[in-house]
Amino acid sequence: MTRQHRLAATVAGAAATALLLAGCANTATPTEDDRTTAPPLVIFAAASLQESFDELAQDFTAEHPEYPVDPIVYDGSQALATQIVDGASVDVIAFANEPSFEPVADADAAEASTIFATNTLQIAVAPGNPKGIDDLADLASDDLSVVLCAPEVPCGTASHTLLDDAGVEVTPVSEETNVTSVVTRVKNGEADAGLVYATDVAAAGEALEGITPANADAAVNRYPIAVSTNAPSPDAAQAFVDYVLSDAGQKILARYGFGQP
Amino acid sequence: MTLPRGLYIPALVALALLVLPIVGLISRVRWETLGSDLFSAEALTALWLSVSTGAVATVICLVIGVPLAVIIARSSIRTASVLRTIVLIPLVLPPLVGGLALISLLGRSGLVGQPLYEATGFSLPYTTAAVVVAQTFVSMPFLVITLEGAIRTSGVSHEQIAATLGAGRWRVLTRVTLPLILPGLVAGTVLCFARAIGEFGATALFAGNSEGVTRTMPLAIYTAFNGVGVSQDSAVALSLLLLVCAVVIVGGMRSWREDAVR
Repeated sequence: MTRQHRLAATVAGAAATALLLAGCANTATPTEDDRTTAPPLVIFAAASLQESFDELAQDFTAEHPEYPVDPIVYDGSQALATQIVDGASVDVIAFANEPSFEPVADADAAEASTIFATNTLQIAVAPGNPKGIDDLADLASDDLSVVLCAPEVPCGTASHTLLDDAGVEVTPVSEETNVTSVVTRVKNGEADAGLVYATDVAAAGEALEGITPANADAAVNRYPIAVSTNAPSPDAAQAFVDYVLSDAGQKILARYGFGQP
Repeated sequence: MTLPRGLYIPALVALALLVLPIVGLISRVRWETLGSDLFSAEALTALWLSVSTGAVATVICLVIGVPLAVIIARSSIRTASVLRTIVLIPLVLPPLVGGLALISLLGRSGLVGQPLYEATGFSLPYTTAAVVVAQTFVSMPFLVITLEGAIRTSGVSHEQIAATLGAGRWRVLTRVTLPLILPGLVAGTVLCFARAIGEFGATALFAGNSEGVTRTMPLAIYTAFNGVGVSQDSAVALSLLLLVCAVVIVGGMRSWREDAVR
């Protein structure tokens, strides 16, 4: 008996939440049914999309209460690509650059991709720039501990393109496999500088300061988004992609430091 | 003695769970490029770094871990259980947490690391020494716990007799206690070394990832795995190399123990 009571309470609670979310709209009751039948949207997104996609997903759910969204899976694009090619069940795929999307496209695991954002690199330093770093050339100094992404991963590829373009040779103290680790090392003072995305600096707020290299345009990452071929909820997936590409979605992305495609 | 038949099915499942993933890994190996993947300069650098840091970490574990094990084994039940819990903590913690803990203590802004950095300009992270510290932290429990069990099981009677025959404390320890537990010591050392060369999480967080300095085999595998196309094949090849190392180490220990029994 108590079990039934609890169930009833849960249902009532869920209905109340749905009503709240739908505001004054009177369509709350029919969407309640869809909500229980459609599996929640599964999104795999590159680590650098974390804050912006959390907000996008939240706004998307507010606008489309009929499409619930699972907590987004964030990781390096390569690691995600491996999981997707291996058959991970996913609806929407959003990566940090085009090459990492190739294995997914080659395996026919996704529909055609669309570029939804761009991102350039900045030199992340401690607030106030205590080491007086002005441009990439300063990173070559032996007195600095500089952290970069490993050349194998997207942010590393971009970093090396940028450094080669500037003709600067940097010996990093550590090569991280994802950009978040670079951010963390600079943020907690274990490194003096690191090359990260403009978006990471924006996300760190007061904790980091970003210096835009003179040749920042030499390495622009273009972010592809696509609906998975075997998406369990293809309609929701397409709706989410459309939302990311819409003016509202682009406005959110711009606030987190992303450039327009 | 004949075992109940019901035991065989779960045992088989356990065995399959341990063996089948390895079979899966081997099925992914690209044999035509295996040679070049294994003997690439990067792979050999990473292997050498793993083996040398693992060996140093094991020696440190022996030098400071054996005395700890002896003391735990010969202390009162209460003290022993407290000490044992402390020793077991790194074993239970995810190694990433261990790395975080080490960086909070020894990092440039750490509890001990910051005053050290301000005074001397030296900081431990990003050095090969940091790799050894991380490996020692995670592998020491394996040695201490194995050894402590062995000492406790061997009992004190031989030691008491040696003492009544006039042997001094050091003589009892080096001529009676330690030889008696030699198989346990070898097993503990091998486990400790194997854990050290397989160490990933604490190293990645605390020591960083720089070729030839801190990029050990597990980090090389993870870096390669995060890469595009060809580099994933080399991740599999490197995994195979680490697997062969594991088999050699464990196999070596087994044959040694059989000798000991004979």
